[in-house]
This record gives sequence, structure tokens and C-alpha cells, in this order.
Amino acid sequence: MTNLILLIPAALFLGGLGLAAFLWALKSGQYEDLDGAAERILFDQPADDQSPHKESRDHARK
Amino acid sequence: MTCCAVGIATASELGPNATGPSMEELQLASHRIADGTYQTDLSVPGIHCGGCIQAIETALMRLDNVERARVNLSTKRVSVRWHGRTPPPIIATLERLGYEAHLFEAAAKAHDDTLSELIRGMAIAGFAAMNIMLLSVSVWSGADAATRDLFHWVSALIALPALAFSGRIFFRSAWSALRHGRTNMDVPIVIGVSLAYALSLYETINHGAHAYFDASVSLLFFLLIGRTLDHVMRERARTAVMGLARMAPLGAMVVREDGGHEYLPLAEIEPGMKVLVAAGERIPADGCVRRGTTELDCALVTGESDPQTVAAGNMVRAGTLNLTQPITIEVTAAANQSFLAEMIRLMEAAEGGRARYRRIADRASALYAPLVHLTAFLTFLGWMAVSGDWHQSVTIAIAVLIITCPCALGLAVPIVQVVAARRLFENGIMVKDGSAMERLAEIDTVVFDKTGTLTLGRPRLINAEEINRKAFAIAASMADHSRHPISQALREIAAKHHLSPIPLTSVEESPGCGLEAKAGDVVYRLGRANWATAGISSSVGTLLSRNGEEIATFKFEDVLRRDAEVAVAELKDAGLAVEMLSGDRRDAVQSVGDKLAIARADAEALPSEKATRLAELTAAGHKALMVGDGLNDAPALAMAHVAMAPAAAADIGRNAADFVFLRESLTAVPFALDVSKKSGALIRQNFAIAIAYNAVAVPIAVAGYVTPLVAAVAMSLSSLIVIGNAMRLRGRPMREAKHTGKAKSRAPLRANALVEG
Repeated sequence: MTNLILLIPAALFLGGLGLAAFLWALKSGQYEDLDGAAERILFDQPADDQSPHKESRDHARK
Repeated sequence: MTCCAVGIATASELGPNATGPSMEELQLASHRIADGTYQTDLSVPGIHCGGCIQAIETALMRLDNVERARVNLSTKRVSVRWHGRTPPPIIATLERLGYEAHLFEAAAKAHDDTLSELIRGMAIAGFAAMNIMLLSVSVWSGADAATRDLFHWVSALIALPALAFSGRIFFRSAWSALRHGRTNMDVPIVIGVSLAYALSLYETINHGAHAYFDASVSLLFFLLIGRTLDHVMRERARTAVMGLARMAPLGAMVVREDGGHEYLPLAEIEPGMKVLVAAGERIPADGCVRRGTTELDCALVTGESDPQTVAAGNMVRAGTLNLTQPITIEVTAAANQSFLAEMIRLMEAAEGGRARYRRIADRASALYAPLVHLTAFLTFLGWMAVSGDWHQSVTIAIAVLIITCPCALGLAVPIVQVVAARRLFENGIMVKDGSAMERLAEIDTVVFDKTGTLTLGRPRLINAEEINRKAFAIAASMADHSRHPISQALREIAAKHHLSPIPLTSVEESPGCGLEAKAGDVVYRLGRANWATAGISSSVGTLLSRNGEEIATFKFEDVLRRDAEVAVAELKDAGLAVEMLSGDRRDAVQSVGDKLAIARADAEALPSEKATRLAELTAAGHKALMVGDGLNDAPALAMAHVAMAPAAAADIGRNAADFVFLRESLTAVPFALDVSKKSGALIRQNFAIAIAYNAVAVPIAVAGYVTPLVAAVAMSLSSLIVIGNAMRLRGRPMREAKHTGKAKSRAPLRANALVEG
């Protein structure tokens, strides 16, 4: 009985963690383009530029 | 990379007239994100693979002022964020890479809140269902009383927020149905779920052995899976339709009093303004030509297949395509009073027949819900009479409600329609909603528009073999300088015959007559017979003359859409009446009617007459499918029991249609009908399965033998059988599509994983 009191919250917490991760992924738009994500993993350099270092990267490319 | 080449070929095939939006239109379509920063969303149907993503993003990022370019492969869209006064040359850059880009309906990009709500609800219901089920399994396998009570309490605590959050969707819909004095599928679901929870809570408080927390939550989970899949499927179809090129321009180039030019949005165009319309653009508003002579393609507006020549003083209608020369028109009616607006008014008046249609699921639940609730009530009365123990009677009555709770019934319709919609999607047919398939299965009459639907509205050369190669080469070289549909047809066929171009010194186009070219001191004329031969010949058709002497005659014919004969024959074999309703000339309509063996063909029909004909059919008790593409078909599309439009249809026609088919072949019509009929049959089978399940389960429940374990097993089993039955609809792609059906092999797997998970 005592171990249940420990284990059930632990199990629920871990499950909840998974749920929270899913909801976060959904909210941050990671399910918007599933086909694109599958292709982007193959790129050498991220073509998408969300970092402020566009200039330096362009420079490196040259 | 090979797939990219295929994409480019189909893209250019689709839009022979496409020039892409102008810079001004692009500016108008962009929306502001922050000060000086704008975002432009474009639909690029040619995007096919990772190579395309990289090529497009790298090229766009190299442009000045572009902050961010992001390709969405699933929706085939590009979103570009830029700053500065004018948009960077996005369209030109994409064109250089070989991608055709166009603007799409602005309303489409709004974030889909319903989908996120459904997915979030599904995730939470799934999480709760799995945890409660885990606890329930240990209760079923014989936990002692204290542990059982603890587990019941934990389950109750998990179930309450899950029901409150995920159940919202059902509670809301059931409440709005009840408030309007109706009942729908959600009413028995909501009653069953809430009563199951209330009873279980009561049992838990009183240390009872049976609690149905697992049943109530997993029921919601299953139903949410069905709903989410349904929504995803419809959204995909809608996104694909929205991604098609806009036909109506967003604005127009206004010539100001002082001679300056200014690009204004359509809403600000007023009568009296002078508007410049370049060749290849659509007329923005009804007006009167002030300067210039040109030819207009009216196919999309009136259904006439031959281009019309207009000169100063002629009236032009909004939506027609300017083919050959730039003209200046004086606007006579503001955009909201134009021909287009009149069509929208007619459409609104026509709608109603479709709104009255009640979904199969709602009709079934209208019968089912009272029956179930009555059974539960009678069970309660019976047990009260026999045992007199109200606690036991209530428990058994609620067990009846839980076991009959329409889990299988709630899935019976959506799951079949999801599978059916995906089959259609894979074959290039977009379905806007499930009720469209139900309505399509009921039809007994098919009404076709002619231009653009049965035919492509494009001329084709029919006597290529008779023409001397040299003359052909001259004609093709001249045609290279013109956008006229006949020139385009000549060019297309010349490319197939590998003719080498002939050097010409000058080419001039006379609207309404033809082309005149000079090669040294020889004058060639290609065009209307009596113009080309300076009045000598009066034969119909297109002539090529050399210094006024006829050297070749080209015979053209409006091309039938691919597989039109097969499609019409198949529809007739299926026992449907086939009719044609066209705004075109009588002889053109008659010739197509004869070729396709369509007995009833109405010609020169006005838009309102088309709608009237559909209303007549409805009044006579017929259920008609309308297939049409033009602006003039829009009221008829809205009036019909169910409507279908090709991808090249006018914007409002596409919006009014329930189905939009993207491929050229007309077999899409019998194919959609076939899939709808099959899914109708499967839905009925699923209902039969659900009823059979109830016939077995209800006596057990009424007799009082149902435990939570029995309920969980029975419910999951019936759901799985219903889903399995729906999957039988997946089959081979439609014949025509054999060689193109490569792309979507991954999608079925994903959907299955969702259902099984």
C-alpha cells in the first residue's frame, strides 16, 4: 500500500510530462508541416533562418 | 530530384494563361506584422520534395530585404517575411527556379482553432483513459477493498478534469441541439457519460465495487479520434482548394486625372474611374471600354467558348480575361454592384435546400436516443417492481445507458467518411464535408455545364495531318507572339511536331481579326478567313495567307475534357439522367450534346435560368448533382442538391461546390459517385453492426450482468469492428490516376496509427 502511494503519483507525473511535451509541441507549431519536417532532417544546413546570424552564415557559405 | 521536374510540368500544364500576380497585387495581399515588416503567403503547387524546399528557401533568402522564407511542404505554401516599401521580387525568383506561384484566398490562412481544440481534447482524454484503464485492470484482477477504493478515487480525480476539458466539444453541441428542440448524436453521448460518472462517483463514495470511470473517459477518447480524423481530412481538402489560384484580381491599376497610375484595392474602385487592364489580366469591375481593342475570354463568366472582340464603347463584365491588347475601361459599377455581386446575391437566395438536409448520423440518433433512454427507464421501473431496491435499479439502468452509449454509432459515420474522403483525395477530388458524400449518393440527375466542364474551353487543331509542314511552321512562329487561345493551341501542337521556327521581321496583332507578319517583302496573315484573304474567301475557320493568297486552313474545335464520353456513359449506365445547361451558343452546345449523346441540352441559359432549372428539378422531386465551373454556374451550384467544380473554376464557384476535382479527367464525377455510394453502404453496414451489438448487449445489461469489465470489452470491440469495416473502402486508385498515384503512401499509415493508438 505504501509503495502505491509513491508509485501512482510518480506514474501520473511521468505520464503528465509526456502530455505536457505533446501539448507544447502542438502549440509551438511542430505539427504544421509534417511532410516538410521529414525532408528537412536531411539538409546539411538549416535553410530556415530563425537565428539572428544570417549574415555570418551567408558569409560562411561563400 | 526527378520528382521536381514532374511538378514543374504539371504546374505549367495547369495554367496556360497564368502570369502570376503583379507586384502591386502582391503588396496588397501582404499583411503587416510589425512596423515596416510584412508577410506574404503564396501557394506554390510545384513544391514536391526536400530539394524544392532547399532551392526555394535559399534563393528567397538571398534577396534583399527578405528576413525569413519558409516553405510548408504539406500545404505547398511559401511564407516570406520582408521589410521595406515594396515587396522583393518573390514571384520572379520562383519563376526563375521553375515554380509557378499564386495568391490564394486570404481568409484561408487563419489559424485552425477547432483542430487544436480537438487534438488537445484528444490528447488529454487519451492520457486520462490510459491511466484510468491501467488502474481499472488492477481492480478487475482482484485488488482488495482498500486498494480498490483508492484506485477509484484516483480515477475519479483524473476523469473529472478530462471529462470537463475533452467533453466540452460534446457538451456544447448537445446543448445547442437541445436548446433548439432537436437531438443529435451528442445528446445520448453526453447523457451516458455524465450519468456514468455520477453513478461511479456515488459508488466510490459508498465503497461500491463497480465504477465506470474508464468507460466514460475511453468513450470520449474514441469519439474524439473519429472527430479529429474527420476534421483533419476536411481541412486538408479545404486547404488544397484554397491553395488554387485566385481568379478575381485583388485590385486594379487606376489611371488618375493627371495621368499618373495608382494601384487600388478592389473595394476602393468606384464608378467613373479609369482602369488599365493589361493583356492576361482579368477585368476588375463592370465597365465600358474607353481606349483600345482587344479580345476577351468570357468562358468563366458567361460560358461562351469563343473569344469576344471588344472596342471602345463596348461594355465589359468583371471577371472576363483580357487576351490580346491592353485596354482602358471606365468603371460603371462598383465591385460590390457588379456582375459578380449579383451572382453572390443569387447564390444566397438559392441556398437553403442544402441546409435542410439532415445528416444520416443525426437522423439515426433521433430514432436511437429516445429508444435507448426509454429502455433504460423501463429497466429501472422493472427492477423497482421486482426488487424494490432503488439503488440496484438505478445502477442497472445506468449500466444499460453505458452499454448502449453510441460509441460504435458515433464512429460509424465519421470513420467511413474519413476513409472515403482520403480515397477521393488521393485521386485528386477534394470533399468539403461529409454530408456532401451522403447527398451525392442520393442523386438521380446530373446536370453539366458545357464550357470548362464538359469541354476545356480551349480550341484544338483537328486537321493537323492535312496541313503542309512549311505553312504549319510559319503559322506556329506567328502564333508565338500572341496569347490568343488559337495561337496557344497552334503553339502546343507545333511543339509536338518539332517544327523549326521561321524568322519573321515583324508580327502585329489585330484584335478580332488575327496576326499579320512580315518576312522580307512577304506578308503573312493568320486569322479570320475574310480578313486574311482581304475578302476573297469567306469560309469559316482560321486561314494562313501569303500576300493575300490562302495557303492553309486550320480547323479548330473545343476540346472535350479528357474521358468526358466515358464519364457520361458511366453515369447513364448507373441509371442517372444526364443534362447539359450552357450559356454558350446553341450550335456549339448541340455539337457537344451530340458527341456525348446527351439528349437534353439547354443553350444560351442565363445564370438565373440555370438556377431555375435546378429548382424545377428539385420541385419535381429529383435530386440533382450540378457540375460547373463558371461564375454563371455559381447560383446553380448553390441551388443543386450537391455540387462539383473543376479546379479551374471561378472562385465563388469553387466555394459553392461540395467537391472540387483537381485532375483533368471527368471520370472524377462517376468515381466520386461510386465512392459515395460505397461509403453509404458501409455506413448502413456499420449501423447494422451497432444495432446487432446492442441486440446482444442490451439484454445482458437489462438482466443486470454488466460489470465495468464487460462494458469496457464490449465497447472497444464494437468500435474496432466498425473501424475495421470502414477500412474496407480503401481500394485501388481510379483508373485514370494509375500513373500519378505515387505520392500519398505514407498518409494511410499515419491515420491507422492514430486509430489504433
